[in-house]
Amino acid sequence: MESSQIIILAIIATSLATFISRFMGALTSEKVSVKSKIFQWFNCVAYSTLAALLGRMIIFPAGVLSDSDLIYRLVVLVCCIFIFIKSKKNLVIPTIISAFFLALLNNI
Amino acid sequence: MINSKVFFQGLKSLKGSKSPAIPLAACFIALGALLKDAGFNLQQSAASSFFTYALPGQLVMAESLLVGASLVNIFIAVWLVNFRLYPMTVSLFPLLEHNKQPKWKYYLSCHFLAVTSWLIAKDGYKKIDKKHRIDFWIGIGIGTWTTAILMTMAGYLSADYLNKDMLIGLAIVNPVYFFCMMIGAMKNLSISIAVVVGTILGPVIYTVSSEWALLFAGLIAGTVAFLFGEKNGK
Repeated sequence: MESSQIIILAIIATSLATFISRFMGALTSEKVSVKSKIFQWFNCVAYSTLAALLGRMIIFPAGVLSDSDLIYRLVVLVCCIFIFIKSKKNLVIPTIISAFFLALLNNI
Repeated sequence: MINSKVFFQGLKSLKGSKSPAIPLAACFIALGALLKDAGFNLQQSAASSFFTYALPGQLVMAESLLVGASLVNIFIAVWLVNFRLYPMTVSLFPLLEHNKQPKWKYYLSCHFLAVTSWLIAKDGYKKIDKKHRIDFWIGIGIGTWTTAILMTMAGYLSADYLNKDMLIGLAIVNPVYFFCMMIGAMKNLSISIAVVVGTILGPVIYTVSSEWALLFAGLIAGTVAFLFGEKNGK
């Protein structure tokens, strides 16, 4: 198979694998009441799954981030969370700083 | 069909001090450059963000292609990493439900569900009248999704000008943004426990099983947080 065909098939496979979860979620939502316990449980699971993904992204990153040192990533993360809290929860400032800070640390 | 005032209110969430535009741009520029490396052309890179629009899954796809994984393996690996979208949808869409709104809006707009849009919607839905919340969501979704597609193309086109340090800098922006958003969302006991335990369990279980880590960490931490919240009245 040609490489461009493989890429197109990979895009289709990835899109389907992703849309299934979203669409199943939309179908399940029709039967879930906001006031129910199951909704609260789903809410907790959603936040914890997201947190698990973020923890993994920092400790065991995929892609180019894996070429930086773990300690640098942690330093940048903690500093930026501190800035976020101190800047009355402004999200733009810590995110811009994080990029320059890690690029700088990685260059030392 | 769509309440344009509320729709634009959602679209405008791209601006302001909580703007997701910068982190979205940073991570999708980095993705565009990675896709070029993986042998994609410009159209394929844009199509990937257009049809998938879920960064961790797209990263898994690109890396799997680079190591020559089969399509079935790619499908399973992406499904496992993007399975988080299921509980995320179920914890958002009931808040947007209204019996006067047609079902197709929900079925189509679920495609916009990603971490960024989810966090913004969870943060802002209360300000919107119940009947039009789905239009607010579509506004957020169109804004974040379009940004992601355009920035993937920008990343692809600028790949030759981006050195490794710049790409590393861009790649940290997304987790930093999400962590800050999550800390901002820790307004009650069960959500706080869910975030803290999930952050710890994710990498810990990853050392045992890289593929199942998110699913198990999410289920365990989420259930612990739910039970703890129930016992202590949230």
